[in-house]
Amino acid sequence: MNTGFWSLDATWWPYVFILVAGWLATDIWRFLGVFLSDRLTEESEALIFVRSVATALVAGVIAKLIVFPGGALAAAPMALPLAAVAAGMGFFWGVRRNLFLAILAAEAVLVGGSLLL
Amino acid sequence: MSDRHGSVEEDAVERPARYWVLRGIAGIVSVPPLILVSAFIGFGALARDTGLDLGHTVVMTGMVWALPAQIVLIGAISAGTGIAATIAAVTLSSVRLLPMTMSVMPLMRTEKTPRAVLLWLSHYIAVTAWVEAMRKLPALPRSARVPYFAGFGTTLILLNLCAVSTGYLMAAVVPPQIAAGLAFLTPVYFLISLSAAAQLTADRAALALGLVFGPVFHLVAPEFDLMWTGLVAGTLAFLVHRWRRRR
Repeated sequence: MNTGFWSLDATWWPYVFILVAGWLATDIWRFLGVFLSDRLTEESEALIFVRSVATALVAGVIAKLIVFPGGALAAAPMALPLAAVAAGMGFFWGVRRNLFLAILAAEAVLVGGSLLL
Repeated sequence: MSDRHGSVEEDAVERPARYWVLRGIAGIVSVPPLILVSAFIGFGALARDTGLDLGHTVVMTGMVWALPAQIVLIGAISAGTGIAATIAAVTLSSVRLLPMTMSVMPLMRTEKTPRAVLLWLSHYIAVTAWVEAMRKLPALPRSARVPYFAGFGTTLILLNLCAVSTGYLMAAVVPPQIAAGLAFLTPVYFLISLSAAAQLTADRAALALGLVFGPVFHLVAPEFDLMWTGLVAGTLAFLVHRWRRRR
């Protein structure tokens, strides 16, 4: 059960990994949602808890991608992605609630900054 | 059914299902799908950075079809996490699909809709398709909703399989600064849209605490950092919500 994505030298293994840890792990909730759709409400405390855990987990991954990036992003100094995120969030909440423009603002800081540095 | 909903419902009787499928396909032309396409271009670049094959990336996108879960999966893959811990992290990260599916299904089903069709369509549910379904379906006659959503969802997935491949292939040929910008699309898109979608105290606290605890647990407990972040930050956020409600 400790076998990772890269652990086996076989072409099929990564696909099995994706099927079990990706497809099954997500569609189980969707299928359950179909069966339970008339029994639970979105306001119930249990679902609020479950959603908090899910939101925190995704937020943790986002923070990791920003603070400890891999690949092409890793070349830039750490302050740059942080400044870019601040620009995007600042634009969205301070200037205009437009997701598209806010992403553009963040990207302008990141790409502009790494071209200048 | 039709007497309660009046003329709209009777109108629909005239239209064949394939008309609504085509309307669903046309529904792709709007802003949220465009943003999703740019996020998947970014995910393609991120997947390449992680060392995945194009085949892995495309299959993962079609099978998982939920960017947050895919980011968690990619995170686990790049950390070399074992399959059991990965299943736990991905399952935890996609719990939100349960309430999302549960809120769309009552809008979509008719007494005649086979369960297999609902299970198939439930696979399309992720943030973008969910928002579009909640926005558009209530205005459509009930019999039109399943064909509309089938047309919309299928097109959205196929379009994004192209987007993810484009991002993957582009990352190899563009300058490294642009490749970094593509990979950066995913975290930025999610951070801003999650902060915009966080309505309840619990959601906001979970977002803020998760952002802090993610890097901390990465340093303290790299093997199970995702699970710990979810459980600790999520529980704290829920306690904040309970405490605020009691006052």
